[in-house]
Amino acid sequence: MTPTELMGDPGPGGCFGRFGGRFVPEALVAACVDLEQAFRAAWSDPAFRIELDRLLRHYGGRPTPVSRCPRLSEEIGVEVLLKREDLTHTGSHKLNNVVGQGLLARRMGKSRLIAETGAGQHGVATATAAALFDMECVVYMGEVDIGRQELNVFRMELLGAEVRPVASGSRTLKDAVNEALRDWVGSVVDTHYCLGSVMGPHPYPWMVREFQRVIGEEAREQCRELLGGGDPALVVACAGGGSNAAGIFAGFADDTAAALVAVEAAGGAALTGGLPGVLHGMRSALLQDEVGQILEAESISAGLDYPGIGPEHAHLADIGRARYHSATDQQVLDAFQVLARTEGIIPALESAHAIAWVLANAGTDELPLGSTVLVNLSGRGDKDVAQVRDLLRP
Amino acid sequence: MTGRSEDGPPTGRWHDGSPPEQSTAQPSLLEEVLTARKDQGHKLLVPYLTGGMDDQWPLALEAVAAAGADAVEIGMPFSDPMIDGQTIQEASRRALDRATTPEGVLAEMGRSRVGIPTVVMTYYNLVFRAGHHRMAANMAASGVSGAIIPDLPLEELDPWSEAATPSGVATVLLVAPSTPEERMEAVCRRSRGFVYAVGRMGVTGEQAELAHTAQEVAARALRFSDIPVCVGVGVSTAEQAVAVCEVADGVVVGSALVRRLLDGGGPEAAAEFVSQLRRALDRG
Repeated sequence: MTPTELMGDPGPGGCFGRFGGRFVPEALVAACVDLEQAFRAAWSDPAFRIELDRLLRHYGGRPTPVSRCPRLSEEIGVEVLLKREDLTHTGSHKLNNVVGQGLLARRMGKSRLIAETGAGQHGVATATAAALFDMECVVYMGEVDIGRQELNVFRMELLGAEVRPVASGSRTLKDAVNEALRDWVGSVVDTHYCLGSVMGPHPYPWMVREFQRVIGEEAREQCRELLGGGDPALVVACAGGGSNAAGIFAGFADDTAAALVAVEAAGGAALTGGLPGVLHGMRSALLQDEVGQILEAESISAGLDYPGIGPEHAHLADIGRARYHSATDQQVLDAFQVLARTEGIIPALESAHAIAWVLANAGTDELPLGSTVLVNLSGRGDKDVAQVRDLLRP
Repeated sequence: MTGRSEDGPPTGRWHDGSPPEQSTAQPSLLEEVLTARKDQGHKLLVPYLTGGMDDQWPLALEAVAAAGADAVEIGMPFSDPMIDGQTIQEASRRALDRATTPEGVLAEMGRSRVGIPTVVMTYYNLVFRAGHHRMAANMAASGVSGAIIPDLPLEELDPWSEAATPSGVATVLLVAPSTPEERMEAVCRRSRGFVYAVGRMGVTGEQAELAHTAQEVAARALRFSDIPVCVGVGVSTAEQAVAVCEVADGVVVGSALVRRLLDGGGPEAAAEFVSQLRRALDRG
């Protein structure tokens, strides 16, 4: 790692300070090494970058805009800007990553994609990429999540994917990751594991962040245009595994003075309530008990229901470049409604965590009146509308 | 975050792909016993069972040891056993439901009258959380002479092996059918006790047929190993064990044994299965 460059290349060991690494069974080491080499080659190949850029524009709908929020800003006394990843094809930032990994998998000659999903957004995105690239697709999803995200299950099936219910453990995202890894151990010859966040063994945390970096790079330029050359004082994003946060932070971490804030679910706050540990191929911050058994996260939002966070986030917290806070389910429900009412935008429950933190902190030292905050609106809330209706009108 | 493990997280000192040469550590009891048995012309039999899976597991441990095992492997139950199939997942779940802890498993192993070397299989987070030195010392105090940590690859091994080796705990490393040639050599040279050759690309679990990769991976490992090579994962029956041992020095048999215990067969059924394997291997 180049010590001076924040959010750069973590080198062959995949280390972000004391976090990261590649803690996988021997059977998967060669696959991770191959993937790292393939990504390194592709990422420095102009033809790959041009093809990815073309797909993100003409298929994915990029660039996404940065929107001002006049009514909300007026109400809370803080200038709020939204990076509109909710406008990406399939409704969240997840597409950026799967188009990148799908292209890479095709380049590596793989014919099958597997993925884990929590809320279903990454599963839908992977199923979409599989359709786009004509590949077989299997998505692992916890039984609990299947129950609360039924429509996304049907969506994946429409897209030609097979959704395999996971009945082990807490039957949520972490168990879906276990099951996808188990599949991959046996299928690695023809299968690419399309991991959905900046987590897992090297090169995933780095590779997924690079595929999401487009969010931050676009947003920085767009903010400068809107703010007369200036940067926002704060950049705020929600974090489960942390891919949308990593993507937007990557545009601001190194060469701006913007403060970076990630908001975890209060019931799944790996960095605010966890301990260092090793799970799913990475050393990072994890919710665990005193002997190291992993604890089950619990959140209103299936996408943040994960007991860990990407290793680079643990590192950014370590060195103080980013701060990690949490929002409660109630704050999130309130924020969900506030943004809908004031701006006509229904956010994903995940993204509503970032809004909730802004609402809770506007006017405090964290976010003084008159300051400007850029929020990554990582996804749209259509998938959550039925769940929220049931919660608000029981 | 509110804390870290006692001896700090490993820093991953070398990542240039070239493992340091194995120091001239004294061989562990595990390696001495297995090597001696092999040199006497025996095929090695290492049964596995999950610690804490039921209230009779210490008796099952003693029973399989007495039934002709050369060493016995005890799994620490972990919440997220990602390299294990359904049988060992179920055993792990039952063990955790019984509030089994790593220290409890080690304490029980220390009390048991086994008479052969014992090996602990554990996912790395349980070691990391306890701290490398504390876990190594606890293992040694319970008479454990080997450790298998399947999610701790060669590149991340140093902080653990520096604690384990001086405590007399040999770290058994794994090779897989996907392991490339150069790496196979590096892993075999670094492994202690025995080399664990993963017989098939997949998670643990019983298989109707022995994978063609089982003998191949053993043969490849044997070219680089001067300690015994045992094949595990997908070795479920006496016939399969015998077939693997046409090439390998021995076998690890886990899920097939654990299933008999999950089904309620108790120490008797476990011992019966292990003696059946023993007789088959001795007949060759």
